[in-house]
Amino acid sequence: MGLALGATALFALGLLWQVAMPEPRSALSRLRRRMGRSRDSLAGGLVCDPGRERRAELRARALLRSCVNEGEWAMYRDLGFLRVWGGLRGEGAARRPAGAAEYAYLVYPHKPIVAYLPQTETILGEYCVTFNAHAGREGLSRLPDADDVLAKWMLLSADERDLLAQANMHLPGRQIDPDQVRRDIRSLSQWERQAGGRRAGSADSVPAS
Amino acid sequence: MKLLRLEPGHGEIVLAEGDVEVPEEERELIEEFRRQLDLGMAAAVPTAPVGGRRQAELVKSFEDVPREADRVIFFPRAAGGCR
Repeated sequence: MGLALGATALFALGLLWQVAMPEPRSALSRLRRRMGRSRDSLAGGLVCDPGRERRAELRARALLRSCVNEGEWAMYRDLGFLRVWGGLRGEGAARRPAGAAEYAYLVYPHKPIVAYLPQTETILGEYCVTFNAHAGREGLSRLPDADDVLAKWMLLSADERDLLAQANMHLPGRQIDPDQVRRDIRSLSQWERQAGGRRAGSADSVPAS
Repeated sequence: MKLLRLEPGHGEIVLAEGDVEVPEEERELIEEFRRQLDLGMAAAVPTAPVGGRRQAELVKSFEDVPREADRVIFFPRAAGGCR
């Protein structure tokens, strides 16, 4: 009798184990998977923290604003890109024949620099440069948008020829939809007309060297 | 003068700060400047001439930095992209 009761008790315990433990076991394995993903993310620097990215962008915008001209800052703030005139000073201006068309660049964050002729809205080409060679201390390799624009602006402003030599040049449309570029050019013209009274845009836009 | 570096995922950080007229501080600025170039950084000085347009000058040695400059900005060297 005692043996039968003992066997029944053992059987009942076994059933209870099967019923009760799968959930803790799966919870444990879920936790392990989660921890594993977390470790992988940290190791790969892929942790996405919108707050940190936003703070970085705010810092970058403040620096950009302190470096570029007032009209250029307003242009970036309102339109999301900068227009830099090409070769209007120094060697570039001296070499360009009298009457030759002016050209300019649209500087987008993390996109190619687009060269174009403002008079005809003709897109000349795309110049692709990156500044990702140095991985940041937090494992992220992209500069904040405004820092990317600032770096391109500094290079165009200081040494246009060198920047173009470093860049990979592509025909229009390789990375940026030409229709989008034309829309941006028109938006810029409209923006400049509206901002004319505020001395924005062409009045103080920095030409490339 | 401040030495700043554009930091991926962070924005700029201050690498060093000092008065170029104080020899000890100038030496520290020079050392940090050289260290950044050795790390493969490019350096630019934003300039704002009185009444003129703001622009930037690339500098390849500390001697090229105008004495009156208030900051030098380091950033990763440009490389061709979008292949």
